[in-house]
Amino acid sequence: MTASEFGKKTSLPDPSITTVIQATHGWSSLGLKDIWEYRELLMLLIWREIRGVYRQTALGASWLFLRPILNVIVLTLVFGVFVKIPSNNLPYALFSLSALLPWGYFSSAVLRSAGSLVQNMDIISKVYFPRMIIAVAGVLSGLVDLMASFLVFLIIMPFFKLPLRIEMLWLPAFTLAAVMMALMVGLWLATLSVRYRDVAFAVNFLLQALMYLSPVIYPISSVPKSLVFLYQLNPMAGIIDGFRWALLGPAAGSPPGTTFWISMGIMGVLLVIGAFIFRRTERTIVDVL
Amino acid sequence: MSNIAIRVDNLTKRYRIGIIQKEKGVKRSLMQRAASPFRYLTTTLRPPSDDETLWALNGVSFEVDRGNVLGVIGRNGAGKSTLLKLLARITEPTSGVATIHGRVGALLEVGTGFHPELTGRENVFLSGAILGMRRSEIERKFDEIVAFSGVERFIDTPIKYYSSGMRVRLGFAVAAHLEPEVLLIDEVLAVGDAEFQKKCLGKMSEVATEGRTVLFVSHNMAAVQSLCNRGLYLQRGKVLVDGSINDAVSTYLKMIEDRTQEDLSLRNDRSGQGSIRLVGVDITDQSEMAAMTLITGQPAKFVFHLNQIPTGMVLEYVDFTIYDLQGRPVAYFNSGDTGEKDTHDFSLGTHVVCTIDELLLIPGRYRINVGISGNGDIQDHVEGAAFFNVEEGQIRGRPVVARNQRLGSVMLPHHWTLPETR
Repeated sequence: MTASEFGKKTSLPDPSITTVIQATHGWSSLGLKDIWEYRELLMLLIWREIRGVYRQTALGASWLFLRPILNVIVLTLVFGVFVKIPSNNLPYALFSLSALLPWGYFSSAVLRSAGSLVQNMDIISKVYFPRMIIAVAGVLSGLVDLMASFLVFLIIMPFFKLPLRIEMLWLPAFTLAAVMMALMVGLWLATLSVRYRDVAFAVNFLLQALMYLSPVIYPISSVPKSLVFLYQLNPMAGIIDGFRWALLGPAAGSPPGTTFWISMGIMGVLLVIGAFIFRRTERTIVDVL
Repeated sequence: MSNIAIRVDNLTKRYRIGIIQKEKGVKRSLMQRAASPFRYLTTTLRPPSDDETLWALNGVSFEVDRGNVLGVIGRNGAGKSTLLKLLARITEPTSGVATIHGRVGALLEVGTGFHPELTGRENVFLSGAILGMRRSEIERKFDEIVAFSGVERFIDTPIKYYSSGMRVRLGFAVAAHLEPEVLLIDEVLAVGDAEFQKKCLGKMSEVATEGRTVLFVSHNMAAVQSLCNRGLYLQRGKVLVDGSINDAVSTYLKMIEDRTQEDLSLRNDRSGQGSIRLVGVDITDQSEMAAMTLITGQPAKFVFHLNQIPTGMVLEYVDFTIYDLQGRPVAYFNSGDTGEKDTHDFSLGTHVVCTIDELLLIPGRYRINVGISGNGDIQDHVEGAAFFNVEEGQIRGRPVVARNQRLGSVMLPHHWTLPETR
């Protein structure tokens, strides 16, 4: 053993790494620095979520593409052909796929993050790490689905002679809004799910209800004029409309207006409150779960 | 700077446990169910009363110097695991402070974070990261980890195809290559085969000689004694002994023995649903007198007295484990694994009898843990339900004398063939 190796092995504990364990009272900070410290684990958890899901399926990762395609086929058949819902004179397939991009992402991200604490109980009860990264991993891993759906959209664009539009540069911003929205709902539900397992049942119903309250299968123009303002306070309404506008043009949706920014503001406030409540619960999660 | 690695000051953890409510009748229980969400709210909103709280840790204080290996022992429910969870920051204390100097690594389970669908290689990275290793650190040690685990051939196979032993090896290999200054370990050595256990023990004493601090929670007195130099004996959330490991272990063993002097039916250090309770154990040799003393090579009889078998209750099995004084299990018996010679006898009432035709234990002192299972639930479980002595005797004509139990506790009937010497 060389001297330097010896020195390393018996090195004094680094006084900078001192852990103080005591009860915290009241509200604590969001601990964003702590999350940054654990970013490698966050990446691994996202990767685990993605890799784990499609193992031992015959079609493997092609499910990523099949799911949006099958969804669009069903929606087009039922609502475009049978029910004949107005789609502002656009092919119904495009009309629904452009909405399914943010909605499909949102619903899968909420499902994953809402159940993340309960499902990852085995790790949570054995190791310390900022619990929030497990909810964040659930939300971020859904982005893979979004990418895949977007790829499907890009592939079918030429068949409908759809041009690339400059407004598509807005998409990352709308996506970010969808991520924040999913994180907001996910954090609230994950916090509740620790105490109330009812959340697992409620979340499906909630997503279904929210889908009907968002312009996924019908255009916003179908909403009665007097209710439009209230309707658009739902951030998903603005996000979906924004996706349609960016992908299909002004005939399909509208650019973000005042109500959109109001809804974003409400969402932001709820996100911050949700994050603080999550932090408050996370200290003793193990005792309740 | 001081030489203290862990300082725990008046650490307390209170758990809220629900009041057990006896349900009477279908109607009443339906009413209760309908009201339960409201009752739930009222019980969570008001401060808990005394009979609803459990002090898992109650004012625990101690210090561990750097390079020491502290063994934490105590009966089930003494607060050992709670202490470990608090130090590992898995949950927060109710009050009190603990300070740890240096990087902390907690090993509360083997294979933490393993995902069955991922390969061994992928899981090494995953588990390593969850335990707090940097990616670069895992990459550097990867070959070493795989070599230590001995599963090289299957490293690219999803671990759901691994045997449980292989999974444990891989999990321990990852954990063994953590390099924290303070290591918290919970009972993980209770898994794996003997050879691997030895390897793990070796790795752990290596950790200790490198000047790192270890806090080790275990039921295995032999392992604790060989690994630790300091002992902490917890009882009902309080520190009873804080001194050398031998002091702690001998107090622990004496305490277990003292408990068996008490009337079994009065003891409350038990778990299970409670519809059936063990109220007494008689251990006899051929003479049929409850002497609690047996002879090697002779028949032995264990009689378990149950308080009742309520109507509608199916007694599924009675099981018991014989332990040596170091806390190592020696033999396990389960009436549910039926054999041809098993019989039923109405005249027994609430007694259950287990007869051993030929006792193959070497002379020494042993204790038993007894479990009773009925209607799909554990009804009663008592640790240290009885003690008994085994005296010197013969097994098929071969004398069996008292030996150090380190050399095993069982003598199998055998014979030798030796070269003729002239």
